[in-house]
Amino acid sequence: MLQSIPFLPPEASTHATQVDLLFLFISSVVVFFSSLIAILVIVFAIRYRRSTHRKATQIEGSLALEIGWTVIPLGITMIIFVWGTVLFFGLNRPPAQSMEIYGVGKQWMWKFEHMDGQREINELHVPVGRDVKIILASQDVIHSFFVPAFRVKSDVIPGRYTYAWFRATKTGRYHLFCSQYCGTMHSGMVGEVIVMEPADYEQWLAGGPTEGSLAQNGEKLFQQLACNTCHRSDAAARGPNLAAVFGSTVTLNDGRKVTADENYIRESILNPQAKVVQGFQPIMPTFQGQVSEEGLLQLVEYVKSLKSQQAMPNDNRNPATVSPSEATTPKAKVPSK
Amino acid sequence: MSDNAHTSPAVATHPALQHHFDDMEQQREASSLGMWVFLMTEVMFFGGLFLGYLVYRTSYPGAFAAGSMTLNVTLGAINTAVLIGSSFTMAMAVWSAQMGKRGLLMMFLVLTMVLGTAFLGIKAVEYHEKWETHHVPGKYFQFHEKVPGTDVPADPRNAQIFFFLYFGMTGMHALHMIIGMGIMTYLLITAYQGKYGPDYHTPVENGGLYWHFVDIVWIFLFPLLYLIAHRGGH
Amino acid sequence: MTERHEHVNYLNANYGIRSWLLTTDHKRIAILYLVSITLFFFIGGAMAVLFRLELLTPQSDLVTLDTYNKLFTMHGIMMVFFFLIPSIPAVLGNFLVPMMIGAKDLAFPKINLLSWYIFIAGGALTLYAVIAGGVDTGWTFYTPLSTGFLNTHVITAAVGIFISGFSSILTGLNFIVTIHRMRAPGLTWFRMPLFVWAHYATSIIQILGTPVIAITLLLVGAERLFHVGVFDPNLGGDPVLFQHMFWFYSHPAVYIMILPGMGVISEIVPCFSRKRIFGYSFIAFSSIAIAVFGFLVWGHHMFTAGMSVYAAMVFSILSFLVAIPSAVKVFNWTATMYKGSISYRTPMLYAFGFIGLFTIGGLTGLFLASLGVDVHVHDTYFIIAHFHYIMVGGMVMAYLGGIHFWWPKITGRMYPEGWAKLSALIIFVGFNLTFFPQFILGYMGMPRRYGAYAPEFQVLNVMSTAGASILGIGYLLPMIYLTWSMRYGQRAGDNPFGATGLEWQTASPPPTHNFEHPPIVHSEAYDYEHVEEMPVVG
Repeated sequence: MLQSIPFLPPEASTHATQVDLLFLFISSVVVFFSSLIAILVIVFAIRYRRSTHRKATQIEGSLALEIGWTVIPLGITMIIFVWGTVLFFGLNRPPAQSMEIYGVGKQWMWKFEHMDGQREINELHVPVGRDVKIILASQDVIHSFFVPAFRVKSDVIPGRYTYAWFRATKTGRYHLFCSQYCGTMHSGMVGEVIVMEPADYEQWLAGGPTEGSLAQNGEKLFQQLACNTCHRSDAAARGPNLAAVFGSTVTLNDGRKVTADENYIRESILNPQAKVVQGFQPIMPTFQGQVSEEGLLQLVEYVKSLKSQQAMPNDNRNPATVSPSEATTPKAKVPSK
Repeated sequence: MSDNAHTSPAVATHPALQHHFDDMEQQREASSLGMWVFLMTEVMFFGGLFLGYLVYRTSYPGAFAAGSMTLNVTLGAINTAVLIGSSFTMAMAVWSAQMGKRGLLMMFLVLTMVLGTAFLGIKAVEYHEKWETHHVPGKYFQFHEKVPGTDVPADPRNAQIFFFLYFGMTGMHALHMIIGMGIMTYLLITAYQGKYGPDYHTPVENGGLYWHFVDIVWIFLFPLLYLIAHRGGH
Repeated sequence: MTERHEHVNYLNANYGIRSWLLTTDHKRIAILYLVSITLFFFIGGAMAVLFRLELLTPQSDLVTLDTYNKLFTMHGIMMVFFFLIPSIPAVLGNFLVPMMIGAKDLAFPKINLLSWYIFIAGGALTLYAVIAGGVDTGWTFYTPLSTGFLNTHVITAAVGIFISGFSSILTGLNFIVTIHRMRAPGLTWFRMPLFVWAHYATSIIQILGTPVIAITLLLVGAERLFHVGVFDPNLGGDPVLFQHMFWFYSHPAVYIMILPGMGVISEIVPCFSRKRIFGYSFIAFSSIAIAVFGFLVWGHHMFTAGMSVYAAMVFSILSFLVAIPSAVKVFNWTATMYKGSISYRTPMLYAFGFIGLFTIGGLTGLFLASLGVDVHVHDTYFIIAHFHYIMVGGMVMAYLGGIHFWWPKITGRMYPEGWAKLSALIIFVGFNLTFFPQFILGYMGMPRRYGAYAPEFQVLNVMSTAGASILGIGYLLPMIYLTWSMRYGQRAGDNPFGATGLEWQTASPPPTHNFEHPPIVHSEAYDYEHVEEMPVVG
């Protein structure tokens, strides 16, 4: 429906239609009030012009009018506020079963990694009709992931993960722009989001070179960096058991409870003293400078992949079975689901 | 036929009355309000640094505690006493001006300056010690302390942020002290010239306001920088 | 009534460059500011001409991308810090506030002069940064780009802005003390002209907000020099902390820019409607409300930076609330015209333009306060259109309207009415053609700060550049005819427009000490009922 209005970008996501509706509502408010003021000013200027209306009538004010033109705009703005907030909540709560893709912004290109290892530069293939969540990281400065056709935008900030999600509704190719000024080639940090039919998407996924999925690469890195020395499932482990950690609530040594999400995993690798799990000593060294952003993504994916397991695989000390003391020993705290 | 002096002919204008004010009272009130407004801007200025402190101490409590442990509490406490003392002498200077006691006024101004110099001297000693122990942020920064109460080394990057705030805030404070010393010098000279008496001593009052403000900033800085790790490692 | 030879006034009381550079007369200082900010306006404008020319084509072909980035950065810095923020307060405020309250000068005349020198020092340093190669951080200096990834003259520019901030603080301090302590007998707060109320509110923002940007810029400089990690995440810092600190000042800063303009309009509309202003106390209080609420909304510049939804909600609702007082003003100005006796002289034409364009610009703020829509249009040309409607369509028109309104008072000469009306019209047309297409461009998705863009954006960009050339002509004309008028303009009497206000009760130009006899106020402001007829329009 709204497509017939010229100059609107294509509406290619579920969110886009909603945003355009609100935009239209606000536009009508804007048009109404600006026209009202413009017409009044013009009418008064002509009707009461000096040459025909020599004497002005002194009017001090009108409390009724003041209240009126305070309360009515207040009411209208509150409607817009609520509507906009509802949209914003939707934008910030990616659905639970979203398909996840990692995006890394760096000066001056976009790199995307699908879960199974498929990589792209400045292009993002997604299936139509699926909830897609992009986990965004920056390798240098602040960028911003902006797809006008989806009405979606999320800053990409170094030092943390941010998220953007959408459900595409139309196949096609859509602009991807970096919309946070990031240096010389900021205007060149553009790409395309390519929305495909699910079958085509699967075909595309299968066709590309695979260097292993993100989780597989993460597992290799985990062993390479000797994380498994401390992070094991047995009772003597010096680090918390990472199986079934992701997504759970973790209790820290100062009593705080945090959710083990992507940012938590990332922070624990780079700044381990920030959040120490209860029952463990703060002995983990930092890996700042030893792991790239891509490596971090792989490690996070690996830890995520352990979500449904009880023990860590390839345990050097024990075979992949849980020791009897696991459930009761305070050290190896098995988080509750 | 135009004239500026519209005071009644019987009252001579005070030599310190500026041409655009109607009378001394208006001038005094304007100067005083001006100094208060200026101090408000100083609150906002230091406020930015305090905000940075708040944010980073919340993020890195261990490193901040470790950094704080390396500061000399004794010297800091002495400095606090010195500054409070100097605020007292400054208040006495204002009183002396109000009472028209030129000699006392000059003496208290000198005492205030002596105490101010003592403060700056002790700060210099502290800064020197920090330089020697490589705790000055920048190329030569090194930090090998542990988080108090634990066996864990503090993250030097976060400790560097602590020291940056330490030098930034105390340095900004010291800069204001030095400016204050300049103000004291001006007041001393003009007091010697006999410019102040019971009917006019606004610059002394305003100088006092400024000095007290700088003192109060230190009262906040001292516990936040020096005292966050010396009680049970919290 | 006009004498053949000039009476002694503030302009001819003393001659020589020293008498100007060492003046403490608020009126001369206002002229010093007028000359300086006009210079900065044209430098900033020249940069805009260059990058608008570049934007005629989608490719980066006129200038390199690096140069383009420098152009928009310096345009922003010059315009925001060296034109918009000082403009009305430092020129019209300095000249008129003491006169409007019946005083002989501001409370601290020497500090006033110091304030101008500080402004020049800051401006000179920033200009040096331009000449020495430029800065390309964007006027917003976002970290860690500005602290660790650029090797342009960031510190020089930051220090230049830091220094000029003190000029702003001192001006605000001066106004606050003056308004509190130096009003003429009988001039109660609620008899003050609304221009004075507006400057009081502006000054509060200036003194409370500017120190925060000062310390923020110092921290950016320190981070560049010492690699400490205040804002750099690789060193433990938080880049978003910079944004909070930066916008804590820079949002109230936009109210520093617009409130004085609103004050000008509040003076012009009653005069050219021959009517008291409608809703005086509501307009007065709305100025204070804007100053207060303006400090609470800075987060609306950061909705996409990952803040919690609850924090975003708070900033969103407050941003809607801050719009209401401005709406109240617009309604009151319009109501003032009702049953008035409207004249179409140039200041009133600028007032019409202001009311229309400020209303549009302010209303488009509703899109931005609304969380759902803001995410889409943030960092696009929509934002650029929004703030230019307010800053240029609003503020600059108010400034020009005020310059024309008080020109006879300041110079003792009338501006040429025909040329002035023509220029106002050219500016209005050029402005809309330049910036209205940018709303569309923004919603279509063209990001800001792009030197090269997707081809489908070209048509609207060409329209915008065409408008900019018209706008440029519109701005050049007043430069020419106002300068001309200083020598050849018709001599003005004390009160050529028949306006109320103490400034009109003294000669044009005024004597150095403003009033021959200190005024005593008996009546309300805008007492147009008892003012004699304005001279018939020529």
